[in-house]
Amino acid sequence: MSAVTYTGARWGSIWMWLAFALAMLLMPRIFASGLSITLLSQMGIAIIACLSYNILLGQGGMLSFGHAVYTGLGAFVAIHALNAWCVASPAFPVSLVPLVGGVAGMVFAILFGYVTTRKSGTTFAMITLGFAELVFAISLMVPEFFGGEGGVSGNRVVGAPVLGISFGPAVQVYYLIALYTLVCVVLMYAFTQTPLGRLLNAVRDNPERVEFIGYNPQRIRYTAFIIAGFFAGISGGLGALNFEIVNAEVVGAARSATYLLFTFLGGATFFFGPILGGVLMVLAFVMLSELTKAWLLYLGAVFMLMVMFAPGGLASLIVINLRLARHGKLRALLPAYGLLAVSSVMCALGFSALVEMVYHRQLNAAMGPVLRFLGIALDTSTAAHWCGLLTYLFIVVSGFEWSRRRFALQWDMQQKRLEDERLRAAVAP
Amino acid sequence: MTASTWVPALQLRDVRKSFGKTEIIRGTDLIVHSGERVAIIGPNGAGKSTLFNLISGRMPLSGGDILLHGQSIQGKKPFEINRLGLSRSFQITNIFPKISVFENLRCSVLWSLGYGYSFWRFLADMHDANAAALALMERIGLARKRDVLAMDLTYAEQRALEVGITLGGGANVILLDEPTAGMSASETRHFVALIREATEGKTLLTVEHDMGVVFGLADKIAVLVYGKVIAFDTPEAVRADPRVQEAYLGNAVADVQADPVKRSA
Repeated sequence: MSAVTYTGARWGSIWMWLAFALAMLLMPRIFASGLSITLLSQMGIAIIACLSYNILLGQGGMLSFGHAVYTGLGAFVAIHALNAWCVASPAFPVSLVPLVGGVAGMVFAILFGYVTTRKSGTTFAMITLGFAELVFAISLMVPEFFGGEGGVSGNRVVGAPVLGISFGPAVQVYYLIALYTLVCVVLMYAFTQTPLGRLLNAVRDNPERVEFIGYNPQRIRYTAFIIAGFFAGISGGLGALNFEIVNAEVVGAARSATYLLFTFLGGATFFFGPILGGVLMVLAFVMLSELTKAWLLYLGAVFMLMVMFAPGGLASLIVINLRLARHGKLRALLPAYGLLAVSSVMCALGFSALVEMVYHRQLNAAMGPVLRFLGIALDTSTAAHWCGLLTYLFIVVSGFEWSRRRFALQWDMQQKRLEDERLRAAVAP
Repeated sequence: MTASTWVPALQLRDVRKSFGKTEIIRGTDLIVHSGERVAIIGPNGAGKSTLFNLISGRMPLSGGDILLHGQSIQGKKPFEINRLGLSRSFQITNIFPKISVFENLRCSVLWSLGYGYSFWRFLADMHDANAAALALMERIGLARKRDVLAMDLTYAEQRALEVGITLGGGANVILLDEPTAGMSASETRHFVALIREATEGKTLLTVEHDMGVVFGLADKIAVLVYGKVIAFDTPEAVRADPRVQEAYLGNAVADVQADPVKRSA
């Protein structure tokens, strides 16, 4: 038995990080439009935010409803730093502004976390919600710092360009964000391989027992909270540089809920889950919201389905299927998967047609009763269209339920086979 | 001459605990010397687990005092008491379910090796912690389950892990609350041997219902009845004690399982 097999990882796989770095390096070449650069920049920011949130949620079992307090206050302090220091003294580089945000996030986590992390579970969740409301209320009461309705704006192009980098072009900001993202992701991964990182898992699982192995669970939660606050602040600082404006929205409850939602969707039980969550977050906010007015409704529906059927998020779905594939069990499931996919798409189309018709009737009545949905004209004033849609829904939902049961049966069978094989392998000498 | 040779490892002075108006522990005195192995027996509801909860700091005292190596533990938190060299297991399995067996044990050794709350050093580089966790895992017979999540272990394996976590910090006073509860006869035999070996030279307090385990582990027995220690002596002397016989036989609520007279007959 070699030492490596039990000691596990330190910094993680160098190849994995190289691939990650390369992907971030090449992305703006592949998707070179202005919109894609914006999207990519926001993804980096969201990835850091979701990963920092997962230090609380996934690794520490702390359901925070106020993570935006730390990203948001980090953003405000960062934009003030940009406006005050970078303008006054050319020696203070713009590229360090996100770090100022990080320190700010950390300081506020030290202040507020001292109270919130005293308790765990529901009490913790309630107190974080309280702080979120408190900070949001204060942000509207102190326009000198928070800029009131309009927010605080800044200009990231200050001083002479260093090595030709002025941070004027969006792509230059993107590369700064990418660099911060890479460093933060590696650091947050490394954190999971330290004593505190592991004890945080122990506190998540059973805070009481931690007390009987010599550790104070409150101090473990508090320290982790401060670390999460630091990375959250960096994310906020990057956001401030990227948008050059920060308003009260960034500390709002909606923003906190977004971090929770997408960290969960990406998968809180795996380190890389929130990375997927961050990417999804930007795609949903920028692209889904372009497609339809009802995007929040769809998002809510997807969240509910995930909570019910895949509580480990996207990451766990990927990992489970990869495990099946590695043991040659995925192939047998493909037909059932195919049926499930087709019936889900048909269901999703039916439901979204219904949602769009309702939205159209309620919100777009001025544009006439006819709505174009995927090239089909749906007339919201004709009973026949409503009846036809409902009939279609009835059929596809039945079909979906049939294929879902069929899939569940086969899925359980393959999982059982895998388990049997593992048991046999364990018993064999 | 060091203090530890004559200061008792654990001393209970008129310990009292009330829940509301009900006094569960009603003035318990007990002196356990270093290296002694004591089994606490008594009928159900006698306050055995409550006594453990008081000694380990899980509950505050209502009265009296508890001294660990001569030092009062009153008002101390469980982790502070643990750092003074006292470790306990639980009657109801109390482990870290979503991390592996190895990680459970590694967490239990970290404090005693001085790693504190550090997040600037890697676990992988802490060779003493890794070696200690591996040795512990071998010792409790879970070496083949190294990477299995604690929640996926069988009941007996979880009990073993429970005791493993208790032993991990290297405490010299060990409290085991019904370590073999729910185990089969053969598992119990195996487990008692393991505990005896692993606690060699340490001070051991154990709550047990199984008289086989009591005689296998303890060289002294404390009989707790309704919050008071009515006898504290060698197993033979306790068995012969008329007060013990009266408490057990003359009492309708006596627990048959914990009846030393019947079981040893």
